[in-house]
Amino acid sequence: MAVADLNAATRPAPATPFQAALKDAALVALVAMALAGPIVGLQTVDRGGSLTVDARFAEVAVGIVIVFFGRLGLALSDRGLRLPSYGIAAGLAAAGFLLPWPTDLLGVLAIAAGAALVIRGLAGQYGAHRQSKAALATETDEEKADRLRRLFTRGLGFLLLAAAVLLPMMPFANSYILDTAIRVLTYMMLAWGLNIVIGLAGLLDLGYVAFYAVGAYTYALLSKDHGFGFWGALPLSGLFAASFGVLLGFPVLRLRGDYLAIVTLGFGEIIRIVLLNWTNFSGGPNGIGSIPRLTFFGHPFVRNAPEGVVPFHQLFGLDFSPLHRSIFFFYLILVLALVVNVFTIRIRRLPVGRAWEALREDEIACRALGINPTNTKLTAFAIGAMFAGFAGSFFATTQSFVSPESFTFLESAMILAIVVLGGMGSQLGVALAAILVIGLTEAFRGLAEYRMLVFGLGMVLIMIWRPRGLLSHRDPTILINSGKGVRP
Amino acid sequence: MDTAYLIQQLINGLTLGAVYALVAIGYTMVYGIIGMINFAHGEVYMVGAFLSLIGIIVMGLIGVTWVPLALLIVLILAMAITALYGWAIERIAYRPLRGSFRLAPLISAIGVSIFLQNYVQLAQGARPKPIAPVIRGGFELLTSEGGFAVTLSYLQIFIVVLTIALMIGFTYLITQTPLGRAQRACEQDRTMASLIGVDVDRTIAMTFVMGAALAAVAGMMVTLYYGVIDFYIGFLAGVKAFTAAVLGGIGSLPGAVLGGLLIGLIEALWSAYFSVEYKDVAVFAILVLVLIFRPSGLLGRPEIEKV
Amino acid sequence: MSRPLLTVEHLTMRFGGLTAINDVSFEAQAGHITAVIGPNGAGKTTVFNCLTGFYKPTVGRLTLTRPGSDQSFLLERLDDFRITKTAGVARTFQNIRLFTGMSVLENLMVAQHNRLMRASGYSLLGLAGWPSFRKAEAEAVEKARFWLNRTGLIARADEPAGSLPYGDQRRLEIARAMCTDPALLCLDEPAAGLNPRESAELNALLLMIRNDYGVGLLLIEHDMSVVMEISDHIVVLDYGRKIAEGTPAQIKANPDVIRAYLGEDDEAEGAVA
Repeated sequence: MAVADLNAATRPAPATPFQAALKDAALVALVAMALAGPIVGLQTVDRGGSLTVDARFAEVAVGIVIVFFGRLGLALSDRGLRLPSYGIAAGLAAAGFLLPWPTDLLGVLAIAAGAALVIRGLAGQYGAHRQSKAALATETDEEKADRLRRLFTRGLGFLLLAAAVLLPMMPFANSYILDTAIRVLTYMMLAWGLNIVIGLAGLLDLGYVAFYAVGAYTYALLSKDHGFGFWGALPLSGLFAASFGVLLGFPVLRLRGDYLAIVTLGFGEIIRIVLLNWTNFSGGPNGIGSIPRLTFFGHPFVRNAPEGVVPFHQLFGLDFSPLHRSIFFFYLILVLALVVNVFTIRIRRLPVGRAWEALREDEIACRALGINPTNTKLTAFAIGAMFAGFAGSFFATTQSFVSPESFTFLESAMILAIVVLGGMGSQLGVALAAILVIGLTEAFRGLAEYRMLVFGLGMVLIMIWRPRGLLSHRDPTILINSGKGVRP
Repeated sequence: MDTAYLIQQLINGLTLGAVYALVAIGYTMVYGIIGMINFAHGEVYMVGAFLSLIGIIVMGLIGVTWVPLALLIVLILAMAITALYGWAIERIAYRPLRGSFRLAPLISAIGVSIFLQNYVQLAQGARPKPIAPVIRGGFELLTSEGGFAVTLSYLQIFIVVLTIALMIGFTYLITQTPLGRAQRACEQDRTMASLIGVDVDRTIAMTFVMGAALAAVAGMMVTLYYGVIDFYIGFLAGVKAFTAAVLGGIGSLPGAVLGGLLIGLIEALWSAYFSVEYKDVAVFAILVLVLIFRPSGLLGRPEIEKV
Repeated sequence: MSRPLLTVEHLTMRFGGLTAINDVSFEAQAGHITAVIGPNGAGKTTVFNCLTGFYKPTVGRLTLTRPGSDQSFLLERLDDFRITKTAGVARTFQNIRLFTGMSVLENLMVAQHNRLMRASGYSLLGLAGWPSFRKAEAEAVEKARFWLNRTGLIARADEPAGSLPYGDQRRLEIARAMCTDPALLCLDEPAAGLNPRESAELNALLLMIRNDYGVGLLLIEHDMSVVMEISDHIVVLDYGRKIAEGTPAQIKANPDVIRAYLGEDDEAEGAVA
């Protein structure tokens, strides 16, 4: 699928569209066979202490057939033969459900290929339809569409917020639902923080999780060894993470964007290595345990509190329930995430926010306007790191345990995937993407091992088809004409 | 101080450096031609290592027991298939995004990198894969008074000789063939090159292909040298080879080789005299220091911005 | 007679073995339009890049004295962004460099970054919605409105800058540069690609900037109708050297200039191409 227009450039004048599509599909299948044949088809297995190879040619062959038909459908659709393309899609999906596949994965793959063909076809038709309409559109039409879009995004945002506030009061809100919601909100907060760095300032930070780790470990050490409470340790962790951001960013932000990407990539790994090996400081692979759990302003969430301490449920005259703690955590992370969100919305309208976006668009022009590029980028980088530090503190206190395991590159990749999917710079888009990504990983727990595979593929496909993400529209931060929505 | 020990570490470091140099060339070439880092290059090297591993085992199973022949077949196959991976990466993650915004190809390449890592993990399993040594033995160069023997294994000779041979072939390719000329033309000015009839798309694709083929050789060397690989080796090797390319001056081929050798030496000496655990941290620190004090590297030219 | 706005002394710029500018000296006065002309490859844009800090000159001294104050800045020692921020040199680019995804108004707001940054208490007061910041922002919008009116872009102020037609983008870039309150405005081929009507409008705009604001303009231009019509002073470069300097009338009559432009023999022809 991803191999769009694989040989469009080099194709000699074809006889018929169908033949051309057939040739195209055959070529792609051949390439797929060469690529996947040895790696997938020959599995190295340890048998009796030495490695040998198991052949899985049947699976590969079936996979190649799926690739062939999938590509054929795509190639036909691209050449305007939509009906046969939908036919192939239907065939693939039906086969996916009905045939006895060697492994379930191949069945899923066939269904997914069918679905992708249909979506792609429909999206193509819709796009063509819109284009033909757009040619005729008048100014009022555009304005109407604009208003509708604004209404939609605002309504959706409000709906999400209301749903979040009401969630813990719902009868179905058990501890699983709440924990998942907390996870969603934690990732949302992280993604919003990263969105400042990537979406607004255009800095590709691939080691964002490192700052999350710095925040979490700072919190753990401060609260466990130095007796800091949550509200004391939280800002300190954030500041500490931010200063790490400044230290790392200062040398690198002067340079080209790619250098930042690879340095942050390396930094994320280095932090993990240091945490693993510096046992005296970080507890090594065992991490730091029994971090003091967060209390409700001094009132712990326990059934029986020690002498002189009033537990939460007694304070409010409730029966003890383990859900109280989850509900409190839920609201806490909701508030933290909203703080990031409101901060971002406001700072976008400030000079520094506009300078970030301007730097993303054209750094040379910014320099010619007297903007200090390094300092401006550094603020974005440090603020992003600070929010990651806050999220890390929250993580440490809710888990009451931190270890290097939680801060692998995969976490960075997941946060990046959310930002990319959501639409770089769009707050609502990122929120939706966080719900979608975490929701889907929860829904497909059985396929958890394929999660990162899908994320990687997803990032490529989004960049090709929708580089600006789900919600890509950008509203100006300030208006001069017309009163509508000048400044909220 | 034990000189013998030092000499041994230098030999080990140079061998390791040869591997990094081969990977670093891929970074530096792609950077030279499209001005972007190929983030998936580390994973390409990992795929090359796995292909070599599978190849070596299959050679054993089908009864090709004469080691030079077996290695030659494996080398050629691994290079060819890995090169195809490089080609596919360019086709999928870079070419469709050539007109897109600045971060787009970087993000898609990260996507490819995540995909490849997990793809190999799923297809081949997450456990480290050990194989028995294929090339055994070596020379004992000298023995110190303390009884420490400096050995130069046949494998190390093989690695260094193969690297030198590839370098010579490669230099010939870049300086003497039409493809090399097209590449240098695209590096200078892509629009101009296309105007005078250079097939820019093909040239860029070939750059990815050559980089990937060299990474495959590096992957095979590592498989033989360490005797164990896993799906995660591409990540750190990628960062280190990139460091090598930056240290030597990104865009410069001799720089990539020099940087690779230096990084190999630094890593070996650091591990020997300081701490093995922090060898990766040391390399990373070098990357940051180079970027602060000499971003154009040892042999690179400072970039002149086109305003 | 006060010191000139800009003094360029012995400016030389080498790239490796290539000497792009060779010992060029000239002056530019406040309230004057100084044109730098010359055949392609004469080194005009390189002069600009040295003046605005994108290149560091190999040799030479570039002094800028803001009118009304005795403070001088040695431009060759300043970072590029400080040249605009503290010395007051603004520029436009040969290939227009707008923030295409941002609105026209936002482009002009970004140009007033440093003042607004201070007014927003480096964002802290701004985040709190402090009244003094709101006032500063309203003033910035008014300044933007003024220049949008002057450039005729006010109707499209809320649209993405990238959606403007070419001629409007050129004018917007000038408006944006003016929003930085420069003492010296460097324009790199502002008339390139404009039709005669737009070109005439541009002349009026540049004369207005000169007359009403006393800003010194430094202009690279190929369009001789623009150069001869509005320039007070012309500097002619060829092969990186200054070959002539004077009023438009003097330049028109200068045989060296005519030779550089029309070419006397094959050798000159080859160099111009």
